[in-house]
Amino acid sequence: MSDTPLRRHHDMGGLPAGRVERADHVLAAWEKEVDALLVLLSRQGIIRVDELRRGIEALPPDAYDRLGYYERWIHSITAALVEKGVLTQAEVADRVATIAAREEAER
Amino acid sequence: MTGHPHDHGHAHAPAAAEDGPPSEYARLGRAVREILVEKGILSAADVRRAIEAMDARGPHLGARMVARAWHDLAYKARLLADGTAAAAELGIEMGPTILKVVENTAAVHNLIVCTLCSCYPRMVLGIPPDWYKSRPYRSRAVHEPRSVLAEFGTVIPDDVEVRVHDSTADLRYLVLPRRPAGTEGWSEAALASLVTRDSMIGVSLARSAHEPVETA
Repeated sequence: MSDTPLRRHHDMGGLPAGRVERADHVLAAWEKEVDALLVLLSRQGIIRVDELRRGIEALPPDAYDRLGYYERWIHSITAALVEKGVLTQAEVADRVATIAAREEAER
Repeated sequence: MTGHPHDHGHAHAPAAAEDGPPSEYARLGRAVREILVEKGILSAADVRRAIEAMDARGPHLGARMVARAWHDLAYKARLLADGTAAAAELGIEMGPTILKVVENTAAVHNLIVCTLCSCYPRMVLGIPPDWYKSRPYRSRAVHEPRSVLAEFGTVIPDDVEVRVHDSTADLRYLVLPRRPAGTEGWSEAALASLVTRDSMIGVSLARSAHEPVETA
């Protein structure tokens, strides 16, 4: 058992950590949209909050720490939608490329 | 309380999200939304309405409940017995979550946290501040709450018990702060102006009766 982690990375209660930085920020439009996506998908019973959390908690520790809050959310929402067959990874990748090209053209 | 090697929780920079170029995750969010709209799973209007509802929620809702409780002892009793029902009395729906209100007294000071993620009484306080979701707050609030409180400028006397409540996805806590001295006879609206977000999380006390109210 000694090499079995007793807790997963997100389970940080009681661990040592630095000072609480009283930082806050106004949510960007895309962050609000991600929040709205979860609200709407959970209202329809397509993704439950527990499933959102499972996807977040499955992130490798370095990714968990590196990603911003709503970055973790959209990662998890996308993974759950792919897992459930609501959309495919290829559809998402294509659309991300289209959006990137659109942004480039608007620049 | 100096830096610790494990303290890399705020390595991500949430403030950059709105300033820098669109991140790959912003694109991912937009891509998923567009596909879901095209598939007819949700509409652009649904997304707009959900964002409007989110923007309409904030600490003013919790402050109304606290002010009502300070003003009306029968409401306070109902609030402490069943926070979800007491919220509904004021037209505030908790959705799928349960609201549990914990009362600060001369003997007990309460603090709320979510060590596992970011569970927060969003329906009555709005979106949680970044620090509530940060590694230092989530890690330390449960084992050295008095140090964390001191970092917020809140010093709780040693003879007052500090109780920390770890929220879950289903059960959300709200602190009922102590009513400030010198507010006898105040209207509910005037009382509500003393109730801050942080006082309902428990990291600070309500404003004093003489403290100028920030207009931010």
